[in-house]
Amino acid sequence: MKKQLLAILLLLMPVLALASEGNVHLDKANIDPNNKQSLQRGARTFVNYCLSCHSAAFQRYNRLARDLDISEDDVIENLMFTGEKIGDHMTVAAKKVDLKNWFGAAPPDLTLVARVRGVDWLYTYLRTFYIDESRPFGVNNLVFHNVGMPHVLWQLQGWQKPVYKTVTDDEGHEHQMVEGVELVQAGSQSPAEYDQTVRDLVNFLAYMAEPIKQERQRLGVWVLLFLAVFFVIAYLLKKEYWKDVH
Amino acid sequence: MGMLISLRDWIDARFPLTKMWEEHLSKYYAPKNFNFWYFFGSLALLVLVIQIITGIFLTMNYKPDANLAFASVEYIMRDVNWGWLIRYMHSTGASAFFIVVYLHMFRGLLYGSYRKPRELIWIFGMMIYLALMAEAFFGYLLPWGQMSYWGAQVIISLFGAIPVIGDDLSLWIRGDFVISDATLNRFFAFHVIAVPLVLLILVVLHILALHEVGSNNPDGIEIKKNKDENGIPLDGIPFHPYYTVKDIVGVVVFLMVFAIVIFFVPDGGGYFLEKPNFEPADPLKTPPHIAPVWYFTPYYAILRAVTIDIGPLSAKFLGVILMGSAVVILFFLPWLDRGAVKSIRYRGSVYKTMLALFVLAFIMLGYLGTQPPTGVKTTLAQIGTAIYFAFFLLMPWYTKIDKTKPVPERVTS
Repeated sequence: MKKQLLAILLLLMPVLALASEGNVHLDKANIDPNNKQSLQRGARTFVNYCLSCHSAAFQRYNRLARDLDISEDDVIENLMFTGEKIGDHMTVAAKKVDLKNWFGAAPPDLTLVARVRGVDWLYTYLRTFYIDESRPFGVNNLVFHNVGMPHVLWQLQGWQKPVYKTVTDDEGHEHQMVEGVELVQAGSQSPAEYDQTVRDLVNFLAYMAEPIKQERQRLGVWVLLFLAVFFVIAYLLKKEYWKDVH
Repeated sequence: MGMLISLRDWIDARFPLTKMWEEHLSKYYAPKNFNFWYFFGSLALLVLVIQIITGIFLTMNYKPDANLAFASVEYIMRDVNWGWLIRYMHSTGASAFFIVVYLHMFRGLLYGSYRKPRELIWIFGMMIYLALMAEAFFGYLLPWGQMSYWGAQVIISLFGAIPVIGDDLSLWIRGDFVISDATLNRFFAFHVIAVPLVLLILVVLHILALHEVGSNNPDGIEIKKNKDENGIPLDGIPFHPYYTVKDIVGVVVFLMVFAIVIFFVPDGGGYFLEKPNFEPADPLKTPPHIAPVWYFTPYYAILRAVTIDIGPLSAKFLGVILMGSAVVILFFLPWLDRGAVKSIRYRGSVYKTMLALFVLAFIMLGYLGTQPPTGVKTTLAQIGTAIYFAFFLLMPWYTKIDKTKPVPERVTS
């Protein structure tokens, strides 16, 4: 009963609904789903950095091989490390319970994350971790406040520190607000290279969220062309029949 | 050919095949002046067929089990041949159904199609609308995403607002203390068999009642008043072939729009498939903003428009009552309208103004229902709610005082 009350409260309380996230500017991901190389690089980054904790439980390795133009042998060699079969889903070897104990919450499955969050959010999220000693993993995030995930890609990006601005609230008190981030220690990639790495990764996440997307759009054009021809015939047929209605 | 004719005769001697064909198609005389608005009845039938057929194929792979449901939908999207197309047709079909039905109902408002002698057609139609809402509500839980779960949680808990029996009633509906596997299973049963069965019966009744009295038309006059020597209405044309070939054109245009959504924007910009529904249901994690699917949002906005308690009655309960009344009041439309004419073409400026306000209020409420209720938006929802009810409750008065134009004897083209 309490849970329902809570749900109703949440519905009726405007303040809560506007809380957190949402107001932050998102950078455009500008992904290119036709760029197979970008998708392949993204898949590699995903397997190397994400898949140890996050599963992609609805994505099969052989589907990935087929859609990304990688041979199954290459997938087995370069993207599979824990002895799964090529037709298996991309699951995580670590136990969910362990992961939950390590991070406080079980890392979510990422198969559909691009459809939940949107590509721009992911692109911004992965580039805006900043140092925050008050957090368990020493980092916080611009678009995901008090995020529970460590900055997994720090070796590539390096470390960023927050840039503050001072805002005055309605009651005249001054607050420090995080406005942006600034690189303080370079990683192995330049900022431009890192942006590209993230873009490739987000491209791959978007592919994984809906593998059929490219095919569906390609097919849609033919369906519409067929219907356009059908329309002409149907219209002429109607006109012919209705000639004698006055 | 001879074989086919004798087969037909054989059947006709045992079953009214030719008789039914003639009564409902080749000798059903429909007014010849149907316009754009008259496509949506046959389109609603088309969408119903699409939903039933795609639904059957979805059922072959869907698993109504709290642990398997979400994954089985992704299995359909990825591993079942053409499963993605069938699923998108079904999810888009749900929204298409409501779009088509709302336009079909609006046609009724435009031309007074609910007026005597068509009151029963309207009532059967309203029952179809109710059944459709139930069907959509039950179906939306099945993908077992976050919005499925929390949307159902919120709607069912509305029953909890009913004094005395509320809590027991919502417990009885859920079959558990929270939305759970038990709820999912019964919703599945309702969605795939109980409600569709009711829907089909109601559609048959709707069409039988229509064919008994004959169709209304944009002039709102009875074509049966002017018949030729054979008893055929002078302004009537046989439904088949005239309207069958005309409706095919409408069907093709509809399918083009339908295909654009399915193939290019299957989530309908987050309105047909809500973003949080791509996350599996989690009973421990309430989404920050719960919004029903767009076709329920006008009523949802009316529900939330009530913000004050009256005596022992909570705002929530009053909101539920108001929301229920908003649907129920539609049933009384045939008796609320006291206008001298049926069609908007011959109505005065008062009805036209009220109808325009009503449509604007309905659309505004629909938008507000998707938004978090902030101060200004709640006020707007209250204004919208007032207009919504004023349209119906003041109707006996304003339709009577409205200056109408003379109605022609024969239909105009």
